[in-house]
Amino acid sequence: MTDTPLISASNLSVHFPIAGGLFGPKKFVRAVDDVSIDIAPGTFFGLVGESGSGKTTLGRALLKAVPITGGHVKYSDNGVNYNLGELSAADLKEYRKRAQLIFQDPYAALSPRMTVRDIIAEPLEVMKLTSSREETDNRVREIAAKCRLNLEHLRRFPHAFSGGQRQRISIARALVSNPRFLVADECVAALDVSIQADILNLLNSLQTELGLTFLFISHDLSVVAHTCDHVAVMYLGQIVEIAPTKKLFSKTLHPYTKALLSAIPDLDPDAEKTATKLEGEIPSPINPPSGCKFHTRCPFAQDRCTAEVPEWREFDDEHFVACHFADELNL
Amino acid sequence: MTLLKVENLTLGFDTDEGRIIAIDDISFELESGEVMGLVGESGSGKSVTAKSLMKLNPDNAVYDPSTRITLTLDDGDVDVMSLRTAREMQVVRGGAVSMIFQEPMASFAPAISIGDQMTEQLLLHSSMSKREATELSIEMLNHVGISDAPSRFNQYAFELSGGMRQRAMIAMALSTKPKLLIADEPTTALDVTIQAQVIDLMKDLVAEYGMGIIFITHDLGVIAQTADRVAVMYLGKIVETGTVRQIIRSPKHPYTKGLLNALPDLNDLGAPLTPVAGDIPSPLERPPGCVFNTRCPEVIEGRCDAALPEVTDLGAGHHVSCFAVPQPVETSV
Amino acid sequence: MTDITDTPVTSEAEAERHRKEAYFTASQGQLIWARFRKQRAAMIGASVLMVMILLGLFAPFLSPYDPTIAGRDKEYEYGAPQIPRFWDENGFSARPFIYGVERTRSIKTNFRWVTTVKKDQRRYVYLFVDGWKYSLIDIALGFPGRAFSIEFKLLTFSTHLFGVDKGSIHLFGTDVSGKDIFSRTLHSIYTSLAVGTIGVLIAFVLALVIGGVSGYYGGWIDGLLQMITDAVRTIPAIPLFMALAAFVPDTWSAELRFLFISTILGLIGWPTLARRVRTHLLTERSQEYVLAAQLCGAAPGHIIRRHLLPSFTSYIIVDLVISFPYMVLSETALSFIGLGLKDPVNSLGVMLQNVSKADVLLNYQWHFIPVLFFIALVMAFVFIGDGLRDAADPYASTKK
Repeated sequence: MTDTPLISASNLSVHFPIAGGLFGPKKFVRAVDDVSIDIAPGTFFGLVGESGSGKTTLGRALLKAVPITGGHVKYSDNGVNYNLGELSAADLKEYRKRAQLIFQDPYAALSPRMTVRDIIAEPLEVMKLTSSREETDNRVREIAAKCRLNLEHLRRFPHAFSGGQRQRISIARALVSNPRFLVADECVAALDVSIQADILNLLNSLQTELGLTFLFISHDLSVVAHTCDHVAVMYLGQIVEIAPTKKLFSKTLHPYTKALLSAIPDLDPDAEKTATKLEGEIPSPINPPSGCKFHTRCPFAQDRCTAEVPEWREFDDEHFVACHFADELNL
Repeated sequence: MTLLKVENLTLGFDTDEGRIIAIDDISFELESGEVMGLVGESGSGKSVTAKSLMKLNPDNAVYDPSTRITLTLDDGDVDVMSLRTAREMQVVRGGAVSMIFQEPMASFAPAISIGDQMTEQLLLHSSMSKREATELSIEMLNHVGISDAPSRFNQYAFELSGGMRQRAMIAMALSTKPKLLIADEPTTALDVTIQAQVIDLMKDLVAEYGMGIIFITHDLGVIAQTADRVAVMYLGKIVETGTVRQIIRSPKHPYTKGLLNALPDLNDLGAPLTPVAGDIPSPLERPPGCVFNTRCPEVIEGRCDAALPEVTDLGAGHHVSCFAVPQPVETSV
Repeated sequence: MTDITDTPVTSEAEAERHRKEAYFTASQGQLIWARFRKQRAAMIGASVLMVMILLGLFAPFLSPYDPTIAGRDKEYEYGAPQIPRFWDENGFSARPFIYGVERTRSIKTNFRWVTTVKKDQRRYVYLFVDGWKYSLIDIALGFPGRAFSIEFKLLTFSTHLFGVDKGSIHLFGTDVSGKDIFSRTLHSIYTSLAVGTIGVLIAFVLALVIGGVSGYYGGWIDGLLQMITDAVRTIPAIPLFMALAAFVPDTWSAELRFLFISTILGLIGWPTLARRVRTHLLTERSQEYVLAAQLCGAAPGHIIRRHLLPSFTSYIIVDLVISFPYMVLSETALSFIGLGLKDPVNSLGVMLQNVSKADVLLNYQWHFIPVLFFIALVMAFVFIGDGLRDAADPYASTKK
């Protein structure tokens, strides 16, 4: 498939300066470091990583919610093209209509002092997408019904709802402006397992119905595996592997991906432990290791890994990896 | 030997909105050296159950008089419900029973070094000198895999990473050689690679110390790898208990089955995820009869919402509370 | 949500459902009020405060005599309180009465008044009597240095709640020049409440603006404004008022002086409130729902109005209520040492200006009756503030 990707990032970097001393070189948190990723329209793209991987920052950078320090991000959809690094204020407003965020914590993402109807209606009112209160109400009801919210509950305040219901309200709010691109930032992490499945099914059906493109950020590889058609794995600010989901599992190329997969506790108590369990802790993103950032914990590390940054290359059709020994390792 | 026996534990909270029942008449037993998993989602009452064992619930908790929690220690049985003063509770808290929590940052005092907190606990529960306590603490830190233990001993909680803090907490909990360890979601806040390390650590320690562990979590995968027996809780009631293989391979209660079906299966990526229908009722609106009847796919109208199901013994330690589960036929197993 | 189809819906179940629905649709104000109502001390405080406010507002109507020097009773200086009674040895009377008094003083009594109560002279107490004139709207402001001054009276009445047919009734006694302490007490409640209100209002507006800008924008604006806030906070009150007392000319009318004192109290009272507003804003600013609003492209004004302001309204109201008694007490202290208000404007501090003499402390203790009113007033505020603070975060218990 060679349609233009909806979102295309090349060599994207997001570095946050650390408020530090007046002397000495400035220090940065290299949250996202030289990342290139293409998200095709209509895909459910998964982004996996542990803490410190930079996945949340990457998601927000693609929404222009954090400043972009280096590289480019391009949005292109049916003739509408934006370069996120150089958006004018008016264009940014337009982009905001098309790209939205679903938050992780359903308890913090909803303003406790607004009714559900007002919460969902707020983007419409701020972005001036409707011209009358009646139109707003109709649109709110339409979206709420799509998200399987009880219309009688629109008058209630968020404290009346459970976590799963609040997340549905969050999703309704994100969808009300008819976006094309949605970043779901760990939006099922705070939910119970049974509700998690419900929300994931809802997202899937919304995607088919409305033709949306999702970037699904999660630390839970099994959830990502079930819902996404492509997966990108991040470690310490860099993407180490991208592949269609089935390939990621059948032909894992990067040692970190393999370690992540084997670290997932198996539901079978008698499962054989063939795992490569990782030792050590995740390094700090302020002072990342030299060369390949994973070399401090990689069971296959060699001298070359300490010295040389591995190249980001296309190994196979739609399968990308950054590892010196991807060809030799048979994981 | 039976280490812990909980009988008819019933607990409610007096709040602005009325009396909320958190746990409704649950009973279970724990053997020494056994890891029991307590599985449930939010609102199931599993954390409250754990805290009840050490009477750590807030002041507005009201225990039913028929509740009995019995701990069998070296010098006899202890009836936890009868312990009233803090002095008496000290025997239980930190001494024979230790607890580790989900959020290690919240459980270590931020302004006191880790070492000071560990030795404080030892000095309270034993007659060691400060020097002996320090030595033991450093040895425990080493034992749980914290490198460079002597210097870590003097560090503060914020200087350690999440995984290390959790290990330090395990070290602290184990240094008093408790008979019973209660682990309340110890790995939920950790990254999956760190979680795997901590799970391995806990299994090694169980093998070494022979203590009983109550492992509370909502993650069935973690339970599968660590627990020997499992109790499944929903809205304050235990709906099914059994060995881990029985629960995972042949679950009988519709809720257990629903939970397992809702999990993504790595071996079958194409299978759809089936959630448990409906929403968990608010604690103010407990359903009558079987608490799960409002969401149960196998509900029997007129029966499930009218009476509480009895506990059905399915043999080999597998118990379930459900009207829809047929009584086992009287045959020799 | 599934209904219980088998059991018949009783009115009790209906009521229960209504109650729950009310809880689910309750706005923040309603939730706070529900929690506040359950605290007995706070509700008592609130009732006391309501009574005090009514006493203050209706002070002229309730006072039988003019509280200024114009209404003094020359025949009853340093007089003891006269409590109406219904019954004495001469018989019962449905209408309450007091006794006539005769006072003499001579060298034999050290020039102290000797009061003889004439039990046969009954003075009956009547309701709604005619007395001194008062205006509900009475403004007399003479601005210094300017050509004009504002002076007008509206709604002039002369009816008072009670009075006696002959002589005078002094429920709380009189002071050195014969001014009725009861009347002065009621008027002083009004003055103190007014000074407190003006001071708190000024402090509040300033605190909102300065604290708000500081908290919302952060960065160097925050740093600069905080330095100014700290500087203002360190200004010592008593030396400031001494300097101001020296500066304020005597030609200023009492009302003007009153406005001035209130304004100054407000101007030095804003730093504490400002700091609280800033802290609240700094916390709320990083909440995720604010980010959600920003991602819709909401302007800062919208975010402040719709999300941030409602989030700390409850805390700010608590802060306001708690700072009220400090204003009242500051004014009392300043007036007591002579740096604040003066006659004819009444406040507790003014009334206490003369009580530090040994003579009064030993012989005329009724001068201290107004103190009881002020204790009640301040304690009412304290209890209400505590109650509000406990009730103010209705969402704390619903977080997981």
